[in-house]
Amino acid sequence: MLAPLSWLREYVDIDVSVRELEEKLFGAGFEVEEVIEVGKDVSGVVVGLVKSVTPVPDTHISVCTVDCGDKGTFQICCGADNVRPGGKYPAALVGATVIKTARDHITPEGVMTISKGKIRGIESEGMLCSGVELGLNDDLCPGAEYFGLLVLPEDAVPGEDVKPLLGLDDFIFDIALTANRPDCQSIVGMAREVAAVLKKPFKMPDLSYAETGKTIDFDVTVDAPDLCPRYIAHYVSDVTIAPSPAWMRRYLALVGVRSISNIVDITNFVLKEFGQPMHAFDLDFLEGNKIRVRRAEPGEKIITLDEKEFALTPDNLVICDGKKPVALAGVMGGLNSEIRDTTTEVVFECAKFARDNIRRTARALGQPTDSSQRYEKGVDEYATVNGVKRALHLVEQLGCGKVSSLHIERAAGPDPAPRPLTVSISKMNALLGITVPSDEILRHLAALDFAPEIEGDTLRLSVPPWREDIDDHVSDIAEEVIRSYGYEHITPRFLETARVTAGGRADEQTALLRLKNALVSQGFFETVFYSFFSPADLDTLRLPDDAPERKAIRIKNPISEDLSLMRTTLLPSMLNAIVRNLRRGNPAGRLFEIGARFLADELPITDYPEERKTLSFGVFGEGETFFTAKSALAAIEEAFGLNFRCEADTLPFLHPGMTAAIFLGEEKIGVMGALAHDVAADLSIDKPVFLGQIDYKALESHLFGTMKYRPLSRFADERRDLALVMDESVRCADIEDAVRSSCKYVRSVDLFDVYRDEKRVGAGKKSLAFSVLFSPEDQEFAPGEVDKYVDKIVRKLEYTMGITRR
Amino acid sequence: MNEKIAQIRAEIEQKITTMKSSSALYEFRKTFLDNREGKITGLMKGMKDLSPEERPAFGKVVNELKSWAISRFEAADAAVREAELAKKNESERIDVTMPAEKRPVGALHPITIVTQELIDIFAGMGFDVYEGSQIENDYYNFTALNTPKDHPARDMQDTFYLTDEFLLRTQTSAGQIHVMENRRPPIKILSPGSVFRSDDDATHSPMFTQMEGLVVDKGISVCDLQGMLDTFARRVFGEGVGTRLRPSYFPFTEPSVEVDVSCFACGGKGCKLCKGTGWIEVLGAGMVNRHVLENCGIDPDVYTGFAFGMGVERIAMLKYGINNIKALFEGDMRFEKQFVR
Repeated sequence: MLAPLSWLREYVDIDVSVRELEEKLFGAGFEVEEVIEVGKDVSGVVVGLVKSVTPVPDTHISVCTVDCGDKGTFQICCGADNVRPGGKYPAALVGATVIKTARDHITPEGVMTISKGKIRGIESEGMLCSGVELGLNDDLCPGAEYFGLLVLPEDAVPGEDVKPLLGLDDFIFDIALTANRPDCQSIVGMAREVAAVLKKPFKMPDLSYAETGKTIDFDVTVDAPDLCPRYIAHYVSDVTIAPSPAWMRRYLALVGVRSISNIVDITNFVLKEFGQPMHAFDLDFLEGNKIRVRRAEPGEKIITLDEKEFALTPDNLVICDGKKPVALAGVMGGLNSEIRDTTTEVVFECAKFARDNIRRTARALGQPTDSSQRYEKGVDEYATVNGVKRALHLVEQLGCGKVSSLHIERAAGPDPAPRPLTVSISKMNALLGITVPSDEILRHLAALDFAPEIEGDTLRLSVPPWREDIDDHVSDIAEEVIRSYGYEHITPRFLETARVTAGGRADEQTALLRLKNALVSQGFFETVFYSFFSPADLDTLRLPDDAPERKAIRIKNPISEDLSLMRTTLLPSMLNAIVRNLRRGNPAGRLFEIGARFLADELPITDYPEERKTLSFGVFGEGETFFTAKSALAAIEEAFGLNFRCEADTLPFLHPGMTAAIFLGEEKIGVMGALAHDVAADLSIDKPVFLGQIDYKALESHLFGTMKYRPLSRFADERRDLALVMDESVRCADIEDAVRSSCKYVRSVDLFDVYRDEKRVGAGKKSLAFSVLFSPEDQEFAPGEVDKYVDKIVRKLEYTMGITRR
Repeated sequence: MNEKIAQIRAEIEQKITTMKSSSALYEFRKTFLDNREGKITGLMKGMKDLSPEERPAFGKVVNELKSWAISRFEAADAAVREAELAKKNESERIDVTMPAEKRPVGALHPITIVTQELIDIFAGMGFDVYEGSQIENDYYNFTALNTPKDHPARDMQDTFYLTDEFLLRTQTSAGQIHVMENRRPPIKILSPGSVFRSDDDATHSPMFTQMEGLVVDKGISVCDLQGMLDTFARRVFGEGVGTRLRPSYFPFTEPSVEVDVSCFACGGKGCKLCKGTGWIEVLGAGMVNRHVLENCGIDPDVYTGFAFGMGVERIAMLKYGINNIKALFEGDMRFEKQFVR
């Protein structure tokens, strides 16, 4: 929201500095994002009275003697054709800054500082300026776009700074407004707030007008009062289309609106001043002297002012004459009823349209306008009622037409009026936690036009009609009072009245953190990836069409196709991160993520889908193997005293000989493996990559086991190393199981060596060496007892699995 | 005889200094003191050839020689061992400035680090943790939070919709409703989690992490809100950091405030981090809107409460000086390794 200081000053006497006003607005909830100084690039330019003009022969240059009052008299060279003795022009003296223009003298090219110089050998002590060189245009200052010097008024005093004279000392506040204050999306609304923070009176713009024009037969019907709660039409005759006066063009230019013509400018002026969008129809184009507000017919078409054609639906509201649509309500007028230079009769439209409908129409048609954006934020009917009056006053003021008495107002509800409200002061203070003095309550609420009265604990108010955000509860008033009185009056306190509660993490949250820390201790780094991924990610994994991962929930309005599906597996995100790392020259790493897989029973979803907490891990880089990657499992086993079992498995994207299904007990809870060669080749990966995914939800219930202490045995453990020779096909885990089940004293079986040698071990054979720990129970092992157990184990291995001792 | 003794002494004196190792010295010693073959032992053995009168004097002289030799060899042995140890130590000398051999250690993600730090702070104040779901329905994400149907915040521009009813939650505030529907005051919960907005630029990520706090009990006021946030600011950003409340608007709180913390980099004097203002915006908060309490069946005339919500990434970025929010979601090892602790 742009609010020029000069425009605000029309309605409130501002006697504080720009900085101070900015701070006061900030304190009241209006963050000034930027203060734009209109003439920030211009300095040191004064009024210069040209005393004499001496043309330099054979050039377009003249040497001028310029009287700059108390600044002195200077010799300045000038090439403009409109310099004449006795004229007053902006004179940029040495050290001044002005807008630099390109060779065409029109296109701005940054800022330049004036220095003493010579033009064609003639000394020049400054520069006489054009409007463009001062950053002006015709709207900001009439004549500014003339290709020559900017002519200053005759009463300008030589030597005085030109900035106040040309409005270059003005400031524009760019204010961020919260969604609850649409009434402040206007100069009048902001001026009210400025008046409140400064405790100054607010001067309402003049709304008076005399009904001097002729009247005609005209009718308005509103078929959709739900979408148009108030529609006002007012007829103006004897219109003369002409340019607007300088002051109006200037204000519009300061807030970024280009001047068109008086009637159109008046509607834009009211839009900015009152926050009320208006439209002016040329009566000539309104067939049947009638306006009808209705939903569009299916397929009905309209061409808007910007010459775009739209096909409409009953979701769009249109303004029609007796026959056809003439405007897309609240968005833009129709090309067929546009104000022309020859327009002589005008019907002003001033209406409130439902903001949701306008928003949907503007979005659906891709046609946001100043008007639609204003409606989307919310227009109050107080502005609707007054906006039209203001427009009629301006018609009178500009003398561009005769206001008639033909005023048709169709309203679904009562006219906007102040609403009575009573609140308890003690409740308000209780919510704030402080006691706001009564005189402060009165002072601040009076400044905000709430007409407060206090009687005991009762605060009687009259809510201004433009404050549609006030919900008529004590908290609304508490908010108004504290933002005005100041949050610095709040005294921080620490829950003196609240009851003690036992806080802390739930078991699940503690377990999750422990799991993360266990992985971190194995050199894994935690990552966080987006919850959505790309359909192409599933193709990368070569997942078949009927894979459960393909049953992903789709986002209706994704940022892009790449982020359009809710994840059904975490592995693509992990793989993408690994690819990204390798491309960026990060050669190795171990990563993990704990995130949700979104599992839908049916698509589209009709209930909350399951968000299944899942662990994924990725290990990449030279030296990493399936077994270094498997340390992720070991970390979890150690941290929680679990035993996972791996069985060979296959998956489309993993190496067929290096893929394991991970079991906990009899339940398959995950998979891990090496990235398949063909997938790696597709992704141009030339380093080992291992991926794994574990269903955390299935794991979770096993993570709560409390630690249990086993009393220390008085008897010493004994350890034996077993080097065993077997066929290649024999699996390590099977031997471990067999060893364990052969003797009840075996506490642990740890593989420590794998050896292959055709001569010593044999072809197609391997030697695995295990360290086996025997723990006695209630008495010491007798000499030779453990060796007997070893012999028994070896015999059993030999008998059942054909394994021999080496 | 004395001549022989002098000769042995001379031989020992002469050669003992040439022995460079304890093993050589040991061998040399054996040639004199070995029980069977030692030269000094040999002298003792020759005593039987002497007359009884000569024996005591001879025995005395030989014993003197023997004890002199033993002490002489022991001294020499100590010297040699010392030299040997010094040599061994010297040979084992290392460059202590060389880097340590490290066990590979990973790191938690900064979002986790900050989330857990916040949980620790608020758990100590009696908050427990509620984690809602990422997919929410319209009612919990908006309607119950007093966000009317035509509110701009509900616009398709901001919210990711899955169906007309289900969406990706835009705020962890949705969790407030689930908690308040199922619990009665006193309520003190913290609700961390991923939220989603259809924003994707240098400072916005379509997914980010919020931490929502909610307190509902009798007599809760704005003063309590600021008191708690002051504690939070001190614990997260350091002693001496305070908060400033300024008016704002959220549909589900009233009054609503933006909360700034005094700049911990410059102490409030104004610097690049705080853009010269001395304050840094960190969170939004307010008193729970009475309609929200009513929607959850809590009597707003009996109970009041406050809620606050902050962006975990923002806190992490401020704390660690991370300049690009996207870096948090890329898993780049160069990023990851900076959070080892």
